[in-house]
This record gives sequence, C-alpha cells and structure tokens, in this order.
Amino acid sequence: MKEPLIVLENINIRTRDRSILSIPRFELFPGEALGVMGPNGAGKSTLLKTMALLDLPGEGTVFYRGKKVTDHSVLDVRRRFAVALQQSLLLDMTVHQNIAIGLKLRHRSRREINMKVEHWMEVFKISHLARKQALHLSGGEAQRVNLARAMILEPEVLFLDEPFSALDFPTKVQLLKDIKQVVSKTNTTTVFISHDLTEIKYFTQRMAIIMGGEIKQAGSTAEVLSEPNAYAASFIGEWSRLLT
Amino acid sequence: MMELLFEGLIKAFEMIISGDPEIVEITLRTLRVSMTAILVSTLLGLPAGMLLGLARFPGRKLILVLINIGMGLPPVVAGLWITIFLWRSGPLGDLSLLYTPAAIVIAQTLVSLPIVTGLTATAFQQIDEKMILQIKALGATRWQLVWILMKEARLAILAAIIAGFGRVVAEVGAAMMVGGNISGETRILTTSIVMEVSKGNFDIALALSFIIMAIAFLITFCLTFLQQRKRPE
Repeated sequence: MKEPLIVLENINIRTRDRSILSIPRFELFPGEALGVMGPNGAGKSTLLKTMALLDLPGEGTVFYRGKKVTDHSVLDVRRRFAVALQQSLLLDMTVHQNIAIGLKLRHRSRREINMKVEHWMEVFKISHLARKQALHLSGGEAQRVNLARAMILEPEVLFLDEPFSALDFPTKVQLLKDIKQVVSKTNTTTVFISHDLTEIKYFTQRMAIIMGGEIKQAGSTAEVLSEPNAYAASFIGEWSRLLT
Repeated sequence: MMELLFEGLIKAFEMIISGDPEIVEITLRTLRVSMTAILVSTLLGLPAGMLLGLARFPGRKLILVLINIGMGLPPVVAGLWITIFLWRSGPLGDLSLLYTPAAIVIAQTLVSLPIVTGLTATAFQQIDEKMILQIKALGATRWQLVWILMKEARLAILAAIIAGFGRVVAEVGAAMMVGGNISGETRILTTSIVMEVSKGNFDIALALSFIIMAIAFLITFCLTFLQQRKRPE
C-alpha cells in the first residue's frame, strides 16, 4: 500500500452557527485521480482549500508526505501544488505572462520560464495566443491558459475545482480529454471537484461524496456509483444507476 | 468678458516668457508643496486603502464611514483644525510650523488623504476573493500577493491619485488659513489668485489661473497616460 501524499486529520472548520467541514481522517494517495462530489454548500471548495493549503484549518492537522504542515512550512508545501478554479481568474497581462507567473514567483531563470511556457502553450494548443491580452480570451481559451498556468508548475497535486462547468459541451469534452491525457502522461495526482457525474466517471478512479461538511462515502468511483450508500444515493440517485 | 479672458491669456504668456521671478517662485512653491502633499497622501493612503479593502477587522466599517466623510471635508474646516493644533499655544505649537509651506503640505495632505485612501479601499474591495485565492495558489508570498494585487488594481489606484491631486491643486481655503499667503514664503498660486481678485487685478488672477490649469493639465495628463498605457491586444 502506498504512503498517502496528503492526510487530513480531525479537521473541523466552523462558522459561528454551523459546521463547514468535519473530517476525522481523509487521505489522498500519489498518482490517483480523486473525484469529489456533493450538493451546493456541502463543503467541497472548503475541502479543496484545506487540502491545497490555501487556508490552514484552525482545528485539525494536515500532513504532507507524513509531515505535519505548519505555518512555517505551508508556503513551501503549497508551492508543490497547483489549483485551477471554475473561473479562469487570469491576471490583466498577456497569455505568456499569465502562464509564466507561478515560475516568476519562484524566481526561476528567464530562460527556464520561456522554455516551459513555450512547452505548455504547445501542450494546451494555445501558442498562437501568447501575446494576446488574457482578459480578451474566450471561455475555452481562458480555461486552457488557466490549466497551462497550473501545469507549468509541475505540481505533485493538481486541484481542479469545477474547471469545465462554465464551458459549452464540445469545449468541455475536448478540454477534459486534453487534461486527462496530460495528467496521465505526467502521473500527476489530481483532486477533481465536479457536479457532473460523467466527468467524475471519465476522469477519476476514486471518489468521495461530501454532504453537510462530512464525507459520507469514499471508495473506487465504480463502487460508489454502483453501490451508493443511503447518503450518496440521495444525492447521485438515479443518475448513477443510469450511467452504470 | 472675452476681452478679459484674452488679456489674462496674454498676461500669462508675458509672465511666463519674461520669467517674472515672483511668478516663477510662486509656481515652483506650488509645485513643491502640491507634489509633496500628494506623495505623502499616496504613501499613507495606498497601504491604508489596501488594508481597509482587503482585511476584515473590528471597526473597519466605521473607519470607512469616517474616510467617506473625510472625502467631503471642507478645506477651511481642515485648515481651522490644523491652525488650532499648530497655534503657538496649541498641542503642536512648539514645532513652529504655522505659516510655513510645511503647514500647507499638512493641510493639503489632510484633504487629499481620505480621497486616496477611500478610492484605493474601494478598488481593493472590488477584487474577487477567488482571485486572491488563485494568486495564493500560484505560490505567492504575502508581499508577492500584495504586489500582484496592486498591479491588478493599477487603473483604480492611479485614478485615486489623480483625484487626490485634483483636490490638492485646487485647495485654497486651508492653504490660506495655515499658510497666511505670505509673500516669498507661503504664497502659492491659488492663494495668489484669491488675493489678486480681492485687489481687482483680474488680468493677473486670470493669468495665474491659466498657469495653475496648465500645471494641473500636465500632471493629470502624465498620470492618465501612465494609467492608460497601451496594452498589446
């Protein structure tokens, strides 16, 4: 059994009157593609923020490769991850500069940055957009830039928070195919949050259903879809049976 | 009316071309005082505005309300308070700043600071919280995050500085009160205009107004140029 890459332990995140996330233990293994599904407000994005170390939880511990992540080590560990959110959230600069920004923040040499930007623009078929202002791109183009900006960091874990939900169907399918190919080729561990069962089924080997801030079922994607427990069934219900 | 405007324009040209030492001195002092005031306002207002726009802490809303009130603060009221503070028997009387250019800088800073701070805070409040999250996710340190956000909000930041500069350069009431319009010491273009009008020298007042408008135009032009620099398509 592989050692987990990330472990969440006794995580409790609360607002004044309700629990946002309550996870006794949850693990992410190297090389896997983990899907996370749940209704709106279930805590999916909070789970992603916690796992991606964008916020350290007030209560509970995050372990990375067996070591506890602290205030001191959080930036160093966070820099091993990459996140692509639903909105592409590109900066007001050119496509080339947007893709380069993460490496610039890590003070990499200009030569290395240019070489990698060229490579990842080619992978995501956006080389022709290099000098274009990022805020003038179409939704599909912007999301390709967003993914290139994440993948250029060569992350150990790639977090995808519904990155295709705002795209039209053909664009979504093409992009899903492309990112799956890239992730498989680079053997990048991926956490994929989605509302779309077909995306989860296509992309992930393991999935978790989160509801009310708690993980109600986790297991292989095929298993969760074919034998959802009562909680999971109440959310994915008939749809999962139609797909299996 | 047109004749008066024309005379004022001619007079302005004469004053500039002849290099009238008093006008040169007043113009340079105006520039020095106004630029110092807007620089101080920017240095104080930018970080304060960013903090108010991005951070959440108790009392933040109250501070924002006070800043918005400050944006409409009548300059004479600001002048009055500064005079009270700098008056010989006042709390800061020992500094002997009243009727000096420094007092005018303080007054102009006081009236422009809420504008720079308030507009900067608004600019940063409008930044999508997810954008901040995304920049953090790209591996930015706290200072790198601040730098990127400043670049993202640069149009609004420059607009705040332009608005603050407009207030500074147009300010007369407070400058008159704390500076005293002393010839060779604290006389600036706006206070000179008021004085010349009171003396009935409309041509000189108009000439001075053209000079101050030219300064305001040039500086605002430069700032706007900086703000609207052409970006590649």
